[in-house]
Formats: sequence, structure tokens, C-alpha cells
Amino acid sequence: MSETDQTTQAQGIGAPVRRREDLRFITGQGQYTDDMNRADQLYAVFCRSPYARAEILSIDTAEAMAVEGAVGVFTGQQMVDDGVGDLPCGWLVKGKDGSDMKSSPHPPMAARYVNYVGEPYAVVVGTSLAAAKRAAESVVADFKELNAVVDVATAAHSEQIYDGIENNLAYEWALGDEDATRMAFAKAAHVTTIELVNNRLIPNAMEPRACLGCFDAASGEYTLYTTSQNPHLERLVLSAFVQIAPEHKLRVVAPDVGGGFGSKIFVYAEETAVIWAAGKLAQPIKWVAERGESFLADAHGRDHVTRAELAVDDTGRFTGLKVVTTANLGAYLSTFGSAVPTYLYGTLLAGQYKTPNIYVEVQGVYTNTCPVDAYRGAGRPEATYVLERIIEQAARELGKDPADLRRMNMIQPEDFPYATPVALTYDVGNYEASLDKALELIDYNSFESRQAAAAENNKRRGIGFACYIEACGLAPSKLATELGAGVGLYESGEIRINPTGSVSVFTGSHSHGQGHETTFAQVVASQLGIPYEDIEVIHGDTGRMDFGLGTYGSRSLAVGGSALVAAGNKIISKGKKIAAHMMQADEAQIDFKDGNFILQDSNQSVSIQEVAFAAYVPADYPEELEPGLSEKAFYDPKNFTFPAGTHIAEVEVDIDTGVTTLVKFVAVDDFGHIINPLVVDGQVHGGVAQGAGQAMMEHGIYDEYGQLQTGSLMDYCMPRADDLPDFDVDTTVTPCTHNPLGVKGCGEAGAIGSPAAIMNAVTHALGNKDISMPATPEKVWRAIRGE
Amino acid sequence: MYPYNYHRPTQVAEAVALFKASDDPMYLSGGMTLIPTMKQRLAAPTDLIDLSGIEEMSGLNATAEVVQVGAFTQHNVVARSAQVQATLPVLAQLAGLIGDNQVRNRGTIGGSVANSDPAADYPCAIVGLGATVVTQQRSISGDEFFKDLFETALEPGEIITRIDFPVPTRAAYRKFPNPASRYAVVGVMVADFSGSIRVGVTGAGPCAFRASGIEEVLNRELSADAVDGVEVPDAGFNSDLHASGEYRAHLVKIMAKRAVADLLHS
Amino acid sequence: MKVSLTVNGRAEEVDVPTNTLLVDILRTNLGLTGTHVGCDTSQCGACTVHVNGGAVKSCTILAPQAEGLEVTTIEGIGTMDQLHPMQEAFRECHALQCGFCTPGMIMQAIDLVENHKDLDNCGIREGLEGNICRCTGYHNIVRAIQSVVDQG
Repeated sequence: MSETDQTTQAQGIGAPVRRREDLRFITGQGQYTDDMNRADQLYAVFCRSPYARAEILSIDTAEAMAVEGAVGVFTGQQMVDDGVGDLPCGWLVKGKDGSDMKSSPHPPMAARYVNYVGEPYAVVVGTSLAAAKRAAESVVADFKELNAVVDVATAAHSEQIYDGIENNLAYEWALGDEDATRMAFAKAAHVTTIELVNNRLIPNAMEPRACLGCFDAASGEYTLYTTSQNPHLERLVLSAFVQIAPEHKLRVVAPDVGGGFGSKIFVYAEETAVIWAAGKLAQPIKWVAERGESFLADAHGRDHVTRAELAVDDTGRFTGLKVVTTANLGAYLSTFGSAVPTYLYGTLLAGQYKTPNIYVEVQGVYTNTCPVDAYRGAGRPEATYVLERIIEQAARELGKDPADLRRMNMIQPEDFPYATPVALTYDVGNYEASLDKALELIDYNSFESRQAAAAENNKRRGIGFACYIEACGLAPSKLATELGAGVGLYESGEIRINPTGSVSVFTGSHSHGQGHETTFAQVVASQLGIPYEDIEVIHGDTGRMDFGLGTYGSRSLAVGGSALVAAGNKIISKGKKIAAHMMQADEAQIDFKDGNFILQDSNQSVSIQEVAFAAYVPADYPEELEPGLSEKAFYDPKNFTFPAGTHIAEVEVDIDTGVTTLVKFVAVDDFGHIINPLVVDGQVHGGVAQGAGQAMMEHGIYDEYGQLQTGSLMDYCMPRADDLPDFDVDTTVTPCTHNPLGVKGCGEAGAIGSPAAIMNAVTHALGNKDISMPATPEKVWRAIRGE
Repeated sequence: MYPYNYHRPTQVAEAVALFKASDDPMYLSGGMTLIPTMKQRLAAPTDLIDLSGIEEMSGLNATAEVVQVGAFTQHNVVARSAQVQATLPVLAQLAGLIGDNQVRNRGTIGGSVANSDPAADYPCAIVGLGATVVTQQRSISGDEFFKDLFETALEPGEIITRIDFPVPTRAAYRKFPNPASRYAVVGVMVADFSGSIRVGVTGAGPCAFRASGIEEVLNRELSADAVDGVEVPDAGFNSDLHASGEYRAHLVKIMAKRAVADLLHS
Repeated sequence: MKVSLTVNGRAEEVDVPTNTLLVDILRTNLGLTGTHVGCDTSQCGACTVHVNGGAVKSCTILAPQAEGLEVTTIEGIGTMDQLHPMQEAFRECHALQCGFCTPGMIMQAIDLVENHKDLDNCGIREGLEGNICRCTGYHNIVRAIQSVVDQG
């Protein structure tokens, strides 16, 4: 093997390559949106509603405009009057009666009514941030306060928020066979019932949202730098729906982005108002959220109340599952808010099990709270929480080992492809393999001795399981659009082999921590046999790459990576033609291996670099062939991918104080083939930490008037290093059957499995006393006291 | 943050004079509470009088009987001081639990005590150890210093220059931190002065206070179990998202028991 | 007002309003954008720099307080060609993802290792209480710092 080949393998698929993007981040050279400035930029500050629900009677901006340095004050009504459209919801969900979901009006900034605390109703632009803040304080808004609807459980029976939306219901959605499920319960030997709250979470990516909107009057072109997970979607919405500018006149750039977790998928009021106002004033405008604004106005996550019933026969087999959920959508339907508690939730309720009859009903309700949308896992953590909590509960009621009960109900390797009763077809998996490995890693057999040791320290130790499944890489476009998706679900990729053999790779996927610059280069290096160092991955700029859909739902590699493989195949195919010409052979006689085009049954070969040079200097070149070696592809997946695995948590509860400590956490995940194990482990660690945060610490709480009680890091409990243990993570592999890399996606698994595993451990420690998430010390203390 | 006038006196008297001459002045010590408050526009002093230039307010001095801490001494200076660790280890330990490392490098004892945050750690030591708060004009007994939520015995313009901690026979501090802010939900200091017990509590009420009921039983019998029999009434206790008054009352007992256990093992 | 300070070994003088924060001087006046702002309550630690050798939150220091300070930022501890051992360890252990909290995390980690002997897992975790990371779950950050401790 040549030195080059060894290098390629050492940095190709499967290698724990140290990330190349790290060099700029660890030296402070990252370029986040707030690091970008224009010499003549203005600063935007938003006026935000102090009320959860009110009518805007008047807004007086005269005093604000009189402030020194104030350049412009624009209200939500002015944007409406200027023809700026509503912020759309990208997924039309149909109710169980076939009716369309009911969307509330959603102007980018509130025009006539404000509907949650923190909703912007005006933007003030000034020559400095201080001037803009002073001017914003001088905007005089007169509100008529209205009764706010806050509580998700009672929202459908509360005062109507919007004209024409009865019972504050956006939709009543259902999936599954209701009659068959009812029959299953009628015949059940045992029925387990559980009532659950899935607590509201506030995403808190460490980089607050920000944007810099620019308008060039000479060309009529807008450029928006913004903290987005999907700049093309941002551009599409701002063009097609909000009517800022046609797509060819609007460039959206998402530079280094400091975490997203879903919250930076959506099109928000702030960048919409900023880019619009930049056009009005023909001057660049910058806005950077303060953390307090992030709490109030970044789309929140979760917030469900659920009642679930599991029917079990006398052998312990699951025969039916019925789930009724009320999902809080917040005050408006955010970009994908409608889909999260329906198609990303109900469809996952089969889990890893062969439950034959499942029926789920979801009421999506409006409340006067911040919109709720996708947050790491988006619907799938909620589904896993329901299923894995009720199964653990059933095991306790039936006196069965929770691992055994799961095992006997699992879909077996020979059952694939497996069609669930809730609309999905799983392509592949081996659930027992993950379960077995996890049991071994946690040393399940000696749990009781650990429990006894804890008891000697006045602590109660509990163990809990979650065997989750998720559906990633939402797909295919045809099916999704039939179900109401407003966009396709493909991804684009382009590989440009430059004349000297270096490679520029463009992807419509976006990295905001995932490490695409490294892992996508590994994929291309492996496929094309080109040294990893010669490959550059470029993303996040609508001006530089083809249309793409960005990063969410653990889709980057499964969809975006597959698009690159498709583009690479085109490169190889064209390269064979060129190589055949160069070696005076027939195209069919050419094989491609490790970066070389090889003439069969000969010792002749040309390298891909030589082929590229020939393609760009086509002196002696196939007549019918275009010069150049640059190919692009759009990849539309045939199906979702289905990562799955087993998470096991052990907690210790301090009997005196109720403090719960996560002492051991094992995650064994099947993500299919792995490109970079270092990156994959990191994704799992981060996901588990967020799940542990949900289970033990985090809770977005509104009071009865709709005021956010957890509006800062002083009150909202973010997990810190000393709240968490080291995690024990491992993988099993069943390659995805329908994408060329055999990959499934790893971004969300940690957050999907961990809340259920941890809460099962907590309730185990509490002698099966149920408490709601998060398991805060006082809640646990009260449970210990039997309250 | 609103604009303000900045002053950096080098003498206490100069600071006081500046205070009296300003419209709505505030003293700036480490600024760990004041600056975030100003950033959020919840405080808007016309004048900030920075005490960092006053030399006499910095520094430590320890004898067998008393540890004197200059008001401008940062938490990490106290926490890492070999003198304090040797003479009054409980104070070094408590200082090392305040906020986080970055805060401890800037925050000062005088600022913390003058602010009288109900959940701050130092007030617990003032009360629990019966310290004396020294200002430019008088000495105030630790028992008399904290009046109410963010309210102290300090008169307008009065500056804490030094705090004198009497050295107990032994003492221990236990803190139950707020998981978000890391302030004390409850903190309890138990100190044994040759058989006479003092118990200081922070976090539970509007300001730090002595838990006389617990002191009483511990003066009879210095054991963790003795605390079990005490009723800690939660009337007037703080109640928030993180802990109800009832839970805080419970935590006072638990932290007191643990502090007593530590003390007996020290 | 004019403020003179030393940043990464260079004498600097800036003219800013009194209500400017040190972090704004670094980012805006001196163009050192490696120091980040992640919150408004001094909790997140993304703005951590060294002042006179110790880690502090540059979002909680006013411009006039910065007079005469010796400040070191992430840009001052190493370069792409010659990384500080803590930077190298973060890269080696994949201790960062989005990179936003990283500069502050590294600055605090350096202070932690310098001021504590024999740090173990628990001590490292406690030492990071003033820094929030949302991406990594801290696992690899702790591993990176431990590797620096173990190197001595």
C-alpha cells in the first residue's frame, strides 16, 4: 500500500479524525455572526410585549425617534402595511376528520395583538446599540390586556384566543386503528395506565441568535448573515412567503453557528424585520439577542400532557397501545411546530416492539406562550418517553424484569422490513444486540449489590431502561408532501475536482457543531481516494451552493452525505470516460479504485488527479464529453433511517434532601456505519446531557399570567459539568439498507433515550412512586415523604 | 447599561465625600452583583465610586483569636490564604463555595456583605461566627448587621472597611446550592466557641439569621441527632421555583445536622 | 474615557464610554472576537479571560475597572501553529463541538490546572461550574483537562 493510500485510510470512513474546524475554534478564530461587522452598520433593538395577551391600542414612536442616534422605528403594523407576509408553518397537518389545521395569523412582528410575553411588536434602529436601547425604551405602546391562556392541559376549555379557532385547537390528529386497538384492550389480561407530563424546555444554544442584514441599493441585492441551521430554507421563506426579495436577490449566509438543537431551524421575527428594515434604510443592521431574549423568544420544546394505556396478554406480550396527548403549540405555529407532535411523534409509538394495535390522538392547542417547535429529538423523545415509561411501569406491575419484558416483545432481525401499525416501515435493526451490550456494560447482574451499598450511605439507588427508536432523515419527499410537508426532504451535494486535483465539496447541509468539514471530507476522501487534506467542505451560504435543506432531524450524513456519494459516483463515471480515452481503451474496461482509474487486465492506470487535469486542459479529450470535472447531485431518500438503541441509567437519591444524582449512564446505539467515532461519541454525550437536563433539572415555567418564571440562567437550570457523570457509550451496527453509506444519524439519540431511562431509574429508586420531570430535589423529597 | 460617572478614590474619606456629593451614587466593590444588575438596567446609579483603589481595605491578618479580612479582599484570596486555612478553615472553605472560580477572583467580602443578598454565603459566616463589621465610623455586631432583604444596618454612604471574625474552637459550613444560580438555597454555619454554639443560616429567610432553636439544643447536646428534635418554623421563609419555605425549613435542619457532623469530625 | 491596559502582552489604549464592558473593549475596540458573550447574568462563562493571571468573566468588568489590567484572551495563549497544551488537548479529545463556549472553557481550564494539584474527575467538574457547554455533555472537556493534568 502506498503512503498516500495509508493516509487516505487513516482519515477515511471509520477513522477517529481530529476535527479540522477545531483549530479555528480553539484559537478564537471562529467567525460567528456577532463577529461580523460592517463599517456603517446600525443596531436593532426589539420592543417586546410585557403581556401574554393584549390588544395593541396604539404605539407612539415620536419620543423614540427624538432620541439622539435613533434612525428608525418600525412597528409590526408597518411591516404588514408594506406587504410583508406572515411567517408560515411549513407542514399542513390534517385533523382526523380530514380538515386542515387552523393557523392563527402570524405577522413577523405583532400588529394588532400580542400573544406571548416577549413577542416583538416594534424594532428600533440606531447608530449605536446604546442609542437603539434608549430609543426602544422611549417607544410608548398602549395595550389593552386580555385574559391569557397558559396551561396546556386546560387550554382547550379556556377563553378563545383567536377568532375562528374554536377551543384553541389547531388540530385534533389521530393515527392508527382505533377499533382494533379498542378490541385489543377488551381482551387484555392486564392494562397499565400512566399519565405523563413532558416538561417544556428552553433550547439555550450557547450562541444567542443574531443577524446582520445588508442591502445593496445599486444591485438591489440583500444579504442576510444569520444564525441558521438551514440558510436555504430561510431564504425560501423570506422570498416566497414573507416577500422580502426574490430568491436570486437574496443571499443568506449562516457562518459559524454556535449550536442550534433545532432552535435555529426556524424563521423568526427578528431576522425578518432586520433584513426588511435594512432594505428600508439602505444600511446594514445588526441584531444580537441577549440571553433574556433567547429565553423569551427562541422556540421552546416539548410541553405535552399524555394519558397512555398499554394492553398486555397473559404471557406478557403487548397487544395494544392507546395514547392521548395534548401538545402545546404556543401562540403561533412555528416553522415545523405542527409536525413535531404528530408525524414525528405518533409514528414512533411502536418503538422497538411488535405491538400489533396502536392508536394515538393528539390535540394541538394554542396558548399564550412562546411558540413550541423542534428541539433536539423533536417528537421522538416525547414518544420514547411515553412508551418506555409505560413499559417499565407494566414490568413493575407484572413483576417482570424490565429487560426481559422488552426483549420478549422486540421486533427480531428476521422481521425486517417491519411495517408498524403507525405508518412506518423499519428497514433494519437488531434491538437485542444493543440491549445485551448495554446490560453487560452496566453490569446489570450486580445492580443489587450497588443498591445495597447505596443504602448504607442513606441513599436509594434505582435503575431504569429506555430502548428507543427514532426516525431520522425525514423522507421521502413524495410521501412527506402528501402528508402535508411544504418542502422537499432531499439534500444537495456538489464535488468540484479542481484542475490541480484538490477538491471543493459543497453541501446544502449545515454544521453548527456537528463537524461536517471533517466528516464529509472523510466520506469524499474514501470514495474518491483523494487525500483528506486536499478536500475542503463548504456549507452555509446560499450564494455558494445549490439549494439545500440544512441540518435537523439527524439528517446531515444520511441525506447530505448520500448526496455527496451520488455526486462522487458521477465524478467516477465521467472520469472513466476520460481515463478510457487517455489509455485508449473502452470505458467498460476501466475500474476505479483508491483514486486510480485502472485498465482491466493491464498494469496501466491514471490517477483521478491526472484525469482532472485532462478534464480542464482537454487537449487530447473525448469528443462528445464536456470539459471539467465537477458534479452535483440531489439525493432524495427512499425511507427514513431508524437508529435505535438501549440506554440504561442508574441514579442515587439522597433520602434526606431528595437530591438525585445520575451516577451511571450507558448508551448503546445502532447508527449503522460510522464515519468518525470520535464525533459520534460526542454527539451522544451531548444528547444525553440534554436529556439528563430534561429529566432532572430543566423546566420552562410560565405563571398563570403567562410571565416566564425561568427567564434567565439564574433560574433555568442548565446542566453543568458537576451535574453529570462520565458516560459509557458504545455502538452496535446494522447498516441502513437504503442509503449508499449505510448510515442512520446520531445527533438526537442521546436526548431521545435518556429522559425515559433516567426517570425510570428515579421512579425505581422511589419504590415506583411517580413524579413528573424534572426530578428536582424538592419534588423527590416530597415523594420520599409519601406526598 | 445606563451611563454613569466613575470615581476611584484612594482614601475612605474621599469615597464618603464623593458619595455625599453625588445624586444617586453606589459604591462599586467587586461588582459581581452590581454590574449584572446594571447591565439589565435594574440599577441605574448616577455615580459609581470604585473602592478598589483604597489600599487600607485590602488584606488579611490572622491571630489566634481573630481573623481580620479587609473589605476589598476577593473570595479566592480568602479561600486560598494559608493563614485563613490554618486559623479559620471554615471561612476559607465557605469562600471557596461562593459563585464560581471567575466570580471568586473578582467578588469581595465587603461587597457581598453590604449587598445582603438573602442567598449569599458570607452573611452566614458573619452571623454564624459572630463577626464584627467595621466601617469608617463604627463597629457593628454581626447579630445586628442584617436587617431584611437587601437591607443592612449600614447608613447611606457608610463603607465596610474590614470584617473581624473571632476564631472558634471549631466550626463547619454546609451549603445546599441552587442548581441554576449556585447561590445558597440554604447554607448553615455551626460554630463551637469553647462549648458555646452559634448557628448561622443563609438562604432560608429574607436575610441571614441565627437559628436560636438549633443553638439551644446543640448547647445542651452537641450531636447531629439532637437537631432532629428541633422545630424549624418556615413562617417568613423564602419560597420560589427551586424550594418552598417548607422545604427550606427541612434543609436548614439537614444542613445543620451535616455541619454538626463535620464539626465533630474536624 | 481613555482606558490603558495590556492585552496579550501588548499595551493598548481605548477611548470608550464608562458603561462599556471589558468584553466589548476586547471584541469591538480590539477586534479580539474569540471571547464570546453567551448570557447577560454572568453565568455562562463564554467571556472568560485571564486578568492578572486569574480567570474572570469579562462581561462583568467595567471599562474603568480595566485600567492598568493585564488581560490574556484566547488569542494570546497559542497560535494555530503553536497551540497551548490545553488547546491541543481540547482538539485531541474532541472537547468542543460548536466552539462557542470553548474559548472561555479553555481559559478557565488553564486557571483550574494552574491553581490545583492532583485534580481528579470530580475536581475538574467542580472547577467548571462557571462555564456552561450545551454541546458536549462535558465528558470530553473533562477528559481533555484530565489529560493535561496527567501530563504534569
